[in-house]
Amino acid sequence: MTASVSSATSDARTGADGSSSDTEKVLARARDVVGATELDDTNLARYLHGLPGVDKVGADGRAAMLGTRSIKTTAKQWALDTIVSMIDLTTLEGADTPGKVRTLAAKARTPDPSDPSCPRPAAVCVYGDLVHVAKDALAGTGVKIAAVATAFPSGRASLDVRLADTREAVAQGADEIDMVIDRGAFLAGQYSKVFEDIVAVREACRADGAQAHLKVILETGELATYDNVRRASWLAMLAGADFIKTSTGKVQPAATLPVTILMLEAVRDFRELTGTQVGVKPAGGISSSKDAIKYLVAVNETLGEDWLNPDWFRFGASSLLNDVLMQRSKMRTGHYWGPDYVTVS
Amino acid sequence: MSFEYAPAPESRAVVDIASSYGLFIDGTFVEPEGGKTFKTVNPATEEVLADVAEAGEPDVDRAVAAARRAYDKVWSRMPGSERAKYLYRIARLLAERSREFAVLETLDNGKPIRESRDVDVPTAAAHFFYYAGWADKLEHAGFGPNPRPHGVAAQVIPWNFPLLMLAWKIAPALAAGNTVVLKPAETTPLSALLFADLLRQAELPPGVVNIVTGARETGSLLVNHPGVDKIAFTGSTPVGKRIAAEVAGSRKSLTLELGGKAANIVFDDAPIDQAVEGIVNGIYFNQGQVCCAGSRLLVQESIADELVDRLKRRLSTLRVGDPMDKNTDVGAINSAQQLERITTLSQAGEDEGATRWTAACELPEKGYWFAPTVFTDVHPAHRIAREEIFGPVLSVLTFRTPAEAVQKANNTPYGLSAGIWTEKGSRILWMADQLRAGVVWANTFNRFDPTSPFGGYKESGYGREGGRHGLAAYLAEGSAL
Amino acid sequence: MSARLDVRKTYKLFIGGKFPRSESGRTYKVTSDDGAFLANAALASRKDAREAVVAARKAQPGWAGATAYNRGQVLYRVAELLEGRRSQFVEEVAAGEGIKTKAAEAAVDAAIDRWVWYAGWTDKVAQVAGAANPVAGPYFNLSVPEPTGVVVVLAPQSSSLLGLVSVLAPVLVTGNTAVVVSSEKRPLPAITLSEVLATSDVPGGVVNILTGRTAELAPPLASHMDVNAIDLTGTVGAEGVAWGELEAEAAGSVKRVVRPRDSEPDWSQIPDGPRRILAFTETKTVWHPKGM
Repeated sequence: MTASVSSATSDARTGADGSSSDTEKVLARARDVVGATELDDTNLARYLHGLPGVDKVGADGRAAMLGTRSIKTTAKQWALDTIVSMIDLTTLEGADTPGKVRTLAAKARTPDPSDPSCPRPAAVCVYGDLVHVAKDALAGTGVKIAAVATAFPSGRASLDVRLADTREAVAQGADEIDMVIDRGAFLAGQYSKVFEDIVAVREACRADGAQAHLKVILETGELATYDNVRRASWLAMLAGADFIKTSTGKVQPAATLPVTILMLEAVRDFRELTGTQVGVKPAGGISSSKDAIKYLVAVNETLGEDWLNPDWFRFGASSLLNDVLMQRSKMRTGHYWGPDYVTVS
Repeated sequence: MSFEYAPAPESRAVVDIASSYGLFIDGTFVEPEGGKTFKTVNPATEEVLADVAEAGEPDVDRAVAAARRAYDKVWSRMPGSERAKYLYRIARLLAERSREFAVLETLDNGKPIRESRDVDVPTAAAHFFYYAGWADKLEHAGFGPNPRPHGVAAQVIPWNFPLLMLAWKIAPALAAGNTVVLKPAETTPLSALLFADLLRQAELPPGVVNIVTGARETGSLLVNHPGVDKIAFTGSTPVGKRIAAEVAGSRKSLTLELGGKAANIVFDDAPIDQAVEGIVNGIYFNQGQVCCAGSRLLVQESIADELVDRLKRRLSTLRVGDPMDKNTDVGAINSAQQLERITTLSQAGEDEGATRWTAACELPEKGYWFAPTVFTDVHPAHRIAREEIFGPVLSVLTFRTPAEAVQKANNTPYGLSAGIWTEKGSRILWMADQLRAGVVWANTFNRFDPTSPFGGYKESGYGREGGRHGLAAYLAEGSAL
Repeated sequence: MSARLDVRKTYKLFIGGKFPRSESGRTYKVTSDDGAFLANAALASRKDAREAVVAARKAQPGWAGATAYNRGQVLYRVAELLEGRRSQFVEEVAAGEGIKTKAAEAAVDAAIDRWVWYAGWTDKVAQVAGAANPVAGPYFNLSVPEPTGVVVVLAPQSSSLLGLVSVLAPVLVTGNTAVVVSSEKRPLPAITLSEVLATSDVPGGVVNILTGRTAELAPPLASHMDVNAIDLTGTVGAEGVAWGELEAEAAGSVKRVVRPRDSEPDWSQIPDGPRRILAFTETKTVWHPKGM
């Protein structure tokens, strides 16, 4: 297996899994959007650099304004439940064990033992080698299993290794794969490399009848500029990302509201251009209900209700869930809640 | 699933509105001699908020005399460092009482509480804080070694930013050593009267600032009063011209901040999402009742359709309604009279063949409301491309080249502000040179800062407010040469 | 031996770099302070005033668009030419103002020195009057003085050269163009100045000089909608002119007005700053965000 799209899409690979025809569709769309037959660095650069620029101060200002929205009473109740249902409850520690993952899974199954009406989070997000543990623990709950793959978080491994990582997670039953892009290649202008990586990982997600959704982590904290975030978003969408995701959570800054809004604008414009809807997942650093509501407001006012559900918007978070649960309880009971009254995971 | 924001009203209980207000003269509230009053209403509900005194000739006389006494006996003799401390005190008190001022401003003006809370009141406080520091540094401001105040300054301010315009007027006047008689607009007198209360709290010497309420006649009495040395007016160009003509031949110094019809110019390489925000902020901020509003959108023809589509989509998310709701983006028009003007001019736009589009939104039944409106197919000859509408109405024109954009932008008797949106630095600088406007916002719009001079070219007035330049209006000229 | 019959001069106007007659065909006699005939001057009409404004407007963008360095060079060159005509100016000033040759020399020297003083301001005024404003936010914010446009200058009636230079030069420094109404009774130094300007590098139309009655020319210029500013200094001592009425006319287009003093100033004083330059400027403030 070589590390190029051309081999990944060669006739030899045409098989019963249908992945190559899926890839062909992605590539055809990308060629169409870019307006070039060759998706090489030059043509991709020409397209990506032709996207409208982003003025950082203006973008930050828009985010700050949206952050002033005051969400009260019924709207807040709705928002809190929606946030819970959008959380990818995450543990990504070197010290993760099957026990830790089972605890997390139990939390996802029953977020608030005192309130059966509490929705479950969208997914549990773990390293690939622990997917089977989560899978067993969450059977029948509807909670998805997301796995980080592709030599997460740095992505610094050969494509073969990253694809193997992906395939293993998919084989273990991951419903969703959170891959990282090669930020080094992106910053070096090797856009075709980043593009081909994503296409290949997408193929791995859909190989052998699998249907794993692909979330592409841009690691916006390393891309440094908003222009780069917009370009990386488009590059990932052109390469077939089902979701674009801000961060691994291992790099500061992780998700920020302005960067997320930029990505929301990108998926909005991409759907307008291609008809394909892509999801967005801010991850890392969103730990309070107050912050999460700002993101929900941003989705509401940038994209509207089409994206206001867990199929199209997620929060990658670990401590956020408990804060939301405390807020929910506060709204239910009228008094402030304490951490001793929500379960640790 | 849809995300409906529940009402999030600011509490009006934070401010006490008296049933009636007198004139603030010589440090106390006094009844007008003629006993005449007028009512000020909440434009969002048409509810009467208070009865306010209408100052007649004897009242204006008293106010000017009080200002003269305070100038002669107290303020002109006080070291700058002491004046500075009063101004700092005022700045601090404004910040401490900011919620009260924000609520009152929104009730009396109709502007969204988000704006009065986040823009009007903090910027007003910042203005006092900035000019406080100048009071004891005037000899270093570049106006000669011994800069002198004029004496008594008569200041007439508009209703669109009642407290902020008060700050723009009073802060530099006091810093430079003048005393003041200020007339707030008749539809928005309350924040100035609350400010009078704040001045008592600050223990500002009586007579240094006097506030006389009333309508046009009161303003005319004030600017024509022989005891006045300096006039500063912010308002419409026709009234500004009238004042300039009335003052002609006298030794009264005059500065004018008048109307505008700003071009907001968007090139095909603009940062498009921020440009859309800038257009929205440019014309729908404060219901478009802003002299520097970006009321003419000049968009490069190649992206005109796409930009207008994006703009309409964005406008559909604007939240129009109760100004006291913290989530409201567009509030009420300030008065029935202003609403009438906006309605008339918009009708003229339709009649002259422009295409009208209005954001779908439910307007409250009571009060003065006008939904955000965009006119496309507008040509330079149309009234809506030439006249200041002073409302949430945007006229969209197109251009093909930078030179054409400049030509169209400058094709107006006004020259207050302009906007440029492009990612190309050299084009920004070239455009900024060519535009005949006192404030040019490049890749941003409607930014204000106490340190930044503001004011117009041509019929938008003369003199600057803000920054070091803003002091010049309140200092007497030097030698004859 | 009989004295040679002198060639009597009939001067013309200076508009757009050319020397046209008044379209009215009128002239008037210019006499010395003691009544002796000096020359005939063109008696400009309202239409001449209108033409002068057109010429000034046409020349304005180019003059303002020149670099400040270039304007400084061009204006300094005018001082060099003034120096070359020194004796002619001395003669005209002495005769017109009725002062002794020594006093006239002092006035002409001061006028040339003043011109040099203002020429040096072209590339400094923006540094003195401009500002980088430290706004409370991520913005680059710069204020610069720009020329206001077309300026009508009613030149002082008494000080026919030094006064004229003291009001005209500051107008030109930043890139304004001027329509000058010369001293009514003492127009000859202004006419000679126009000859100097015509042979200098100052582009045609930057300075336009009208001779004639201030009372006739000032009102249409004060009310002209395509004039940006008016200096009323020359209303002092002008017959039949009330400066307040002119200022009221000027209000119709919100003109910038420099009012006269109660009496004509002592022009021999050195200006204490660039006030006259700044009176005919507009402060333009440009904002731009700072972001990566």
